[in-house]
Amino acid sequence: MIELPPEAWEALRLSLKVSIVATVLSLPVAIWVAHILARGRFRGRGLLDALVHLPLVLPPVVTGYALLLLFSRSGPLGAVLEPLGLGLAFRWTGAALAAAIMGFPLIVRAIRLAFEAVDPRLEEAAATLGASPWRVWRTVTLPLAAPGVLAGATLGFAKAFGEFGATITFVASIPGETRTLPSAIYAFLQVPDGGAGLRGLVAIAVVVAVGAVLVSNWLAPRIAARVAGR
Amino acid sequence: MLDVSVQHRVGAFTLDVDLQTASGVTAVFGPSGAGKTTLARCVAGLTRPDTGRIAVDERVVFDGDTDLPPHRRDIGYVFQEARLFPHLSVRGNLMYGAGRGTDPTDVANMLGIADLMDRRPGALSGGEAARVAIGRALLRQPKLLIMDEPLAALDARRRETVLPWLERLRGAGVPILYISHAIEEVARLADTLVLLQEGRVVRAGSLAEILSDPEAAALMGPSQAGAVLEGDVIEVADGLAAIRTPAGVLHVAGVTGGRVRIRIRAEDVIVATQEPQGLSALNTLPAVIEAVQAGQGPGVMLRLQAGDGVLLARLTRRSFDRLGLGVGQKVWAVLKTSGVARSDVGGGS
Repeated sequence: MIELPPEAWEALRLSLKVSIVATVLSLPVAIWVAHILARGRFRGRGLLDALVHLPLVLPPVVTGYALLLLFSRSGPLGAVLEPLGLGLAFRWTGAALAAAIMGFPLIVRAIRLAFEAVDPRLEEAAATLGASPWRVWRTVTLPLAAPGVLAGATLGFAKAFGEFGATITFVASIPGETRTLPSAIYAFLQVPDGGAGLRGLVAIAVVVAVGAVLVSNWLAPRIAARVAGR
Repeated sequence: MLDVSVQHRVGAFTLDVDLQTASGVTAVFGPSGAGKTTLARCVAGLTRPDTGRIAVDERVVFDGDTDLPPHRRDIGYVFQEARLFPHLSVRGNLMYGAGRGTDPTDVANMLGIADLMDRRPGALSGGEAARVAIGRALLRQPKLLIMDEPLAALDARRRETVLPWLERLRGAGVPILYISHAIEEVARLADTLVLLQEGRVVRAGSLAEILSDPEAAALMGPSQAGAVLEGDVIEVADGLAAIRTPAGVLHVAGVTGGRVRIRIRAEDVIVATQEPQGLSALNTLPAVIEAVQAGQGPGVMLRLQAGDGVLLARLTRRSFDRLGLGVGQKVWAVLKTSGVARSDVGGGS
């Protein structure tokens, strides 16, 4: 077992909490957006597509700054949320939002590809069997896209776990509140004797990332086989 | 039962159909590109026609004001490919459109798929998958069942494994619209026949009537032509069944018993002016030439009245002239038993 200073454990716990919350909350939205991008025919579809991909191409520090402008005490959303005690700036919930936004394009992309791969002829068959569009979506489309949803969720989780630029810009690096694992690694790097804690956290980051990929790779063929009816 | 009048344009193709069907099996027959599938999809609500009116069992599902989505039309659809849901078991597929508490056992037994209930669609043969797709559409308890070439994706052997089950469906009481370009299937299954060509209905009527009409035969292509007779097996000996048909007693191989339907291809009927002697062919029936239809090719189609049955015979124009045949003339129709193909023998209603 690696000797870790308590603040390193704290950063790991916080990072897990932030990335799980970010993934779980963004998943339903990502599924919805992926579906309308894959199947919808409406004006502004290209715009929505570009907007979803924005966090992928913008410098993270710019995304973080935009969030700060929106959610700070004087920002348009912050001015509403702060008095209700729901402010996000400099809170762990803000870190979760930043992580969710940065992972969003990756999740949407994976799920959208999966939706596009679902055979519309099966959906047609379901409709002739008396299923409403909502039931068709729930019982045919979504289950058949499940491998893509899993892949997207894994990617999103890994991205959220490693998010640094937007997070530190938006919620800073407050120990115990917003100092996630990447922020903690950065903080250790600033101190000359950061040694043991730094190496430990780097090792953990590698283990979590590899673990997420392994779990996903183990699950994916099983879900795919289920969906393919073997 | 079904009352359709639709117009629909796709590119240069125009579907313009006016059609009323009764209960039983109505076959829509025509070459590829005649608009059969477009018509079926319009009826099911999968394709929206430009204009028209569609009513099923007196209930309007499409007209100027109404356009019910497919799931509210009470119409089952069996596609050319089985389209089974790969993530569900056979049972899950069968029950997908069935009401709560429905027992799939009877339908599964009728289609011979009761032993496959826990299998995944990926583990089914083509013929099994086709039967599951039919069962799934039946258990939805539709007011009308559309079958759009359900056997076209199968090879001849597999088709043979499914056809007998389809014949049993005729007794299930659901009105069926059967889309096909294979005359053997149509001859075995249909009660009513609709000929569709280039988007239009060119003939509609009872199966026996149309199949024994030389004019309709010309429309269907002479090599497809052949009358259909129904009869009862009265005796089986030496692997040959004697079948009493309205045209007389015929001897046919590969039939075991019961009521059967036989298609006799016009090409397999030979016409003689005198009773033939010393022929190896087993089936010789006295007949009267009732109608003569000369086509554009070298062939002539004859409609023969044999007893109370009707046969079609296709001769070359040269033979026709040499024998000096004409309407009203008494002839002998010679049918080789092998002229009644095994695949063309099926259970009747």
